[in-house]
Amino acid sequence: MTIASAFLDSFPFMSQHIGLLLHQTVNHLELSGAAIGIACVIAMPLGLLLGHWHRGGFLVINLANVGRALPTLAVIALLLVVVGIGFTNIVIALVVLAIPPILTHTYVGIDRADRDAVEAARGMGMRELAILLRVELPLALPLVFAGLRTSAVFVISTAPLAALAGGEGLGVIIVNEPSYRLSGIIAATYWVAALAVLAELGAALLQRTLTPAPLRRQHTREQTRPDDASDVALAVMRGAAP
Amino acid sequence: MSGLQRLAGGQPVIPNFGQAPSCDTHNGTFCWGWFSSHVHSLFLPALLQHIELTVIAVTIGFAISFVFAVFTYRTRMLDSPVTLLNGILYAIPAIALFQILVPLTGLGILTIEIALVAYTLLVLFRSMVTGLRSVPPDVLESAQGMGLTTRQIFVKIELPFAVPAIVAGLRVAVVTTISLATIAAFVTDKGLGMPIFDAMQRGNFKTEFIAAASLAVALALVMDGLLVVLQRVLAPWIAADTQQRDRTPFTTRLRRLAVSDAR
Amino acid sequence: MTNPHISHSAAEIVFDRATKRYPGRPQAAVSELSLTIPAGEICVLVGPSGGGKTTAMKMVNRLISISEGDITIDGTSVRSLDLTELRRGIGYVIQQVGLFPHMSVGANVATVPKLLGWKKSRIRDRVVELLELVGLTADDADRYPTQLSGGQRQRVGLARALAADPPLMLMDEPFGAIDPITRSRLQDEFLRLHREVGKTVIFVTHDIDEAIKMGSRIAILAEGGVLAQYDTPEQILAHPASDFVERFVGADRGLKRLALRRAGDVELAAVPAGSFAGPRCTTTTTLRDALSLMLTDGAREALVLDEFELPLGVLTLDCVSGLLRAEVAA
Ligand SMILES: Nc1ncnc2c1ncn2[C@@H]1O[C@H](COP(=O)(O)OP(=O)(O)OP(=O)(O)O)[C@@H](O)[C@H]1O
Ligand SMILES: [Mg+2]
Repeated sequence: MTIASAFLDSFPFMSQHIGLLLHQTVNHLELSGAAIGIACVIAMPLGLLLGHWHRGGFLVINLANVGRALPTLAVIALLLVVVGIGFTNIVIALVVLAIPPILTHTYVGIDRADRDAVEAARGMGMRELAILLRVELPLALPLVFAGLRTSAVFVISTAPLAALAGGEGLGVIIVNEPSYRLSGIIAATYWVAALAVLAELGAALLQRTLTPAPLRRQHTREQTRPDDASDVALAVMRGAAP
Repeated sequence: MSGLQRLAGGQPVIPNFGQAPSCDTHNGTFCWGWFSSHVHSLFLPALLQHIELTVIAVTIGFAISFVFAVFTYRTRMLDSPVTLLNGILYAIPAIALFQILVPLTGLGILTIEIALVAYTLLVLFRSMVTGLRSVPPDVLESAQGMGLTTRQIFVKIELPFAVPAIVAGLRVAVVTTISLATIAAFVTDKGLGMPIFDAMQRGNFKTEFIAAASLAVALALVMDGLLVVLQRVLAPWIAADTQQRDRTPFTTRLRRLAVSDAR
Repeated sequence: MTNPHISHSAAEIVFDRATKRYPGRPQAAVSELSLTIPAGEICVLVGPSGGGKTTAMKMVNRLISISEGDITIDGTSVRSLDLTELRRGIGYVIQQVGLFPHMSVGANVATVPKLLGWKKSRIRDRVVELLELVGLTADDADRYPTQLSGGQRQRVGLARALAADPPLMLMDEPFGAIDPITRSRLQDEFLRLHREVGKTVIFVTHDIDEAIKMGSRIAILAEGGVLAQYDTPEQILAHPASDFVERFVGADRGLKRLALRRAGDVELAAVPAGSFAGPRCTTTTTLRDALSLMLTDGAREALVLDEFELPLGVLTLDCVSGLLRAEVAA
C-alpha cells in the first residue's frame, strides 16, 4: 500500500468506522479532560501564590524543567510497575506532562503583572486575596491561558500513548496498525489533531470572554504556542537576575 | 523485531520460566540478576543509541534553525508560518507521525531523525529568534551610534544577548527529543524505548520497565543538568540570584492573603 | 463607612522618631524622623535621591513597616490601626500612577468606595463629581487608561485617591513623569483643589522648585533619612539651617524667594499716563516670572493688571532688585 492511497483511504475509513471513532473520541476527551483538570487544580494555585509572593521562581522553573524532562513513555512504564495498567496510570502520566506549562505561565503572568497597579491597590487598602484575584489575575489571564492551551495540545496529542498501557481513546486505533492499517492510523491522527485544534480554539474563545476588554487585543496573537515554555522559562530565569 | 510487530502478534516470552530465578518467573519488582545479565547486551547499547539519536537530531536541528534564524530574525517573514506549523506539528501524536513516515523513509534511522529534527526545529528557531530580538532598542541604537557595522552588532551584541534564550531552547529541544525518541522504538528497534516495548510484550516485565524507564529519565535529567552547566558558563549573569530573600514564614504569608499586611 | 479613628476633612500627622532599617543594611534609610504636620497643610518631603523620602512616606500607610518610633494620625498610632482600614482612609498617588489597565477610568476611581461598600448610585455620582474636580468629564469614565495621555492618567490617579474623601493624601512624585508645561498646570490645579478640599498632604519630590511651589512646609531629608531642616519655604530660603540645605536649595535661592511673592503683594508705582510699551503681568504672577519678563523684553518696568485686566500699577526693575538684595542680605 502506498502512502498516497493510505491518505486517500483514510476518508472512507472514517465513514466505515464512525462509531468506533466517536466512541474513542469520547474516551480520548475524558482522559485528556481529567488530566488537564487535575493539572490545573495542582499547578494554578501554586503558580498564583508563588507569583503573588514573587518568590519561588527557582522552584517553579526547576519543577517545570524536571516535569518537562520526564519522557512520557518512561513515566507510563514506571507507573505500570506501581499502579498497573489502565486509566489511573495514563492520567498521572499526562498530568505530569500538563503541569509545567500551566505552572510556569501562571507564575510568570502573576509575577509580571503591573507592579505599579499592584502597589496602588495595596496602598488603597485592598486585601491580598483581592489584589491577587481582582488585579493580578485579570492582568495575567492571557499568559495563564497560553499555558492552559499549550498543556491542552500536549495532552491531547500525547494521550494516544494510553493505548499502550491498557487505556482507551483514539490511540487504540493509532497503535493497532495490523487491524486498522495505515489509513486507519491517518484517520485517527486527523481526529486527534482536530481535537487539539478545537481545544485551542475553545480555550481561545473562553479566554476572550474572560479577558477584560482593554487587554484583549494586545496578547491574543503572541505568547500562545506550545514551545512558549522556552520563552517563559527564559523570562523566569531573567527575573532571577538583577 | 519492532515494538509495533511485537504488540501485534508476538508471544509473551518472559525469559526461560522453567529454569530462571523465581524473581524473573514471578515478575518480581526488580530482579537484579536479570538486570545485571542484560546490562551489556541490552541496556548499554540502547542507552548509547538513545544518546546518538538525540545528539544527531539536536545537532542537525540546531544547524538548520540557526541558519534560518540568522537570516530572518530582522524581518517577521517566517513568524506566522512557523507559528502555524508549530500548532499543526504539536497537534500530531508522535507515535502516529513515526508510523506515517515509515512508508516514505523506511524502518531505519532516517525516519526517526526526520521526525525528531522536525520537532526540534520549531523550538530552536523560536528561541533563537526571541533571543536575537531581545536586545533593547536603546542598546541597539547606541551601538549603531558608536559606528558598529551590522555584522559587528550581530557578533558583539545580538549573539551574546541571545545566548540565554538559545540555551533555554536547547534544553527544551533536548528533553523533548529524548522523550520522543523513546516512542521511536515503536517502529524501529532503537533506543531506550525498545526495552520498554519489549517489557510490555513480555507481559509487563517490571524489571525491564524500571531499568529502561529509569535510564531514560536519568538521561533526560543529566542532559538537562549539563545544559544548565553550559548556561552558567556561557551566561553567568543569569544564574546570579541577587534578589533579597524574604524569610517570612509560609503560614504568615498564607494568613496575609486574607488580611493585607505590610511587607 | 468611616474610619472611627480618623476624623474627616484633614488630619494632623506626627512622626515621632520614626526609623526604618531595611534588613541587611547597616545604615538606616530613615533615622529618627520627628516632625508634626498640622491638619490641612501640604508637607513636602524633598531631598537627594536615596534620601529616604519614599520610605518615610510609605511608613505612614505601612506599605513599609516602621522599625522604631511611631507615626500618629490625629493622635492614633498607625501601628494600632487595622491595616486595610488605615489604607482605605488615606489617598495614595504614585509617580507611575498605577492605574488598573483592565478597568475603565470610572471603575478605577470607584475602587475604594466599592471596597467601603458604598451604594451604586452614590459611587456613580461621586465618580462624576471627582472627574470634573480634576478637570476631566463624565464621559471619560468609560475610557480605559491606555487611551489617556500621561497628564490625564495622573488626573485619574488623583481622582482615585480622593474618592473616599480621605483626610490624608500621600503623593510620591505625582508629577515626576510629566512634561514641564503639563506639570506646572497640574501643580496649579492641585493647589486650587487643595484650597477647595483642604486635606493634609504629604508630597514627595526631589525637585526643590516644586517643593517651594507646593509646600506649606518643607522637610529636607539628607542621606540616610536624616532631617536636615523642616520649615516653611520662606524660612528655608532665608535661613538655610546648614551647608547641606544651602547647597540643596541652590545659589539662586534669592531668585527662588522671589518665586514665593506675587506682583500683587508688593508696592507698585503709579501707572504712567499714555501708552505703556513694556510687558504685562497680573497680580498673581510671581516676582520671579515678572523679572524674567522684564529681562527678556529689555524693559525696566512691567504693567500689573488686576483680575478685570485693568492696570493696577507698575512693577519696576529697581523695586524687584531691591527686594532681591534684601533677600540675600537676610
Ligand atoms: N525594599 C528595600 N530594601 C532595601 N533597601 C531599600 C528598599 N527600598 C529602599 N531602600 C534603600 O533605602 C534608601 C532610601 O530609599 P527611598 O526609596 O526611600 O529613597 P527616595 O528618597 O525616595 O529616593 P528617590 O528620590 O530616588 O525616589 C535607599 O538607599 C534605598 O536603596
Ligand atoms: Mg522615591
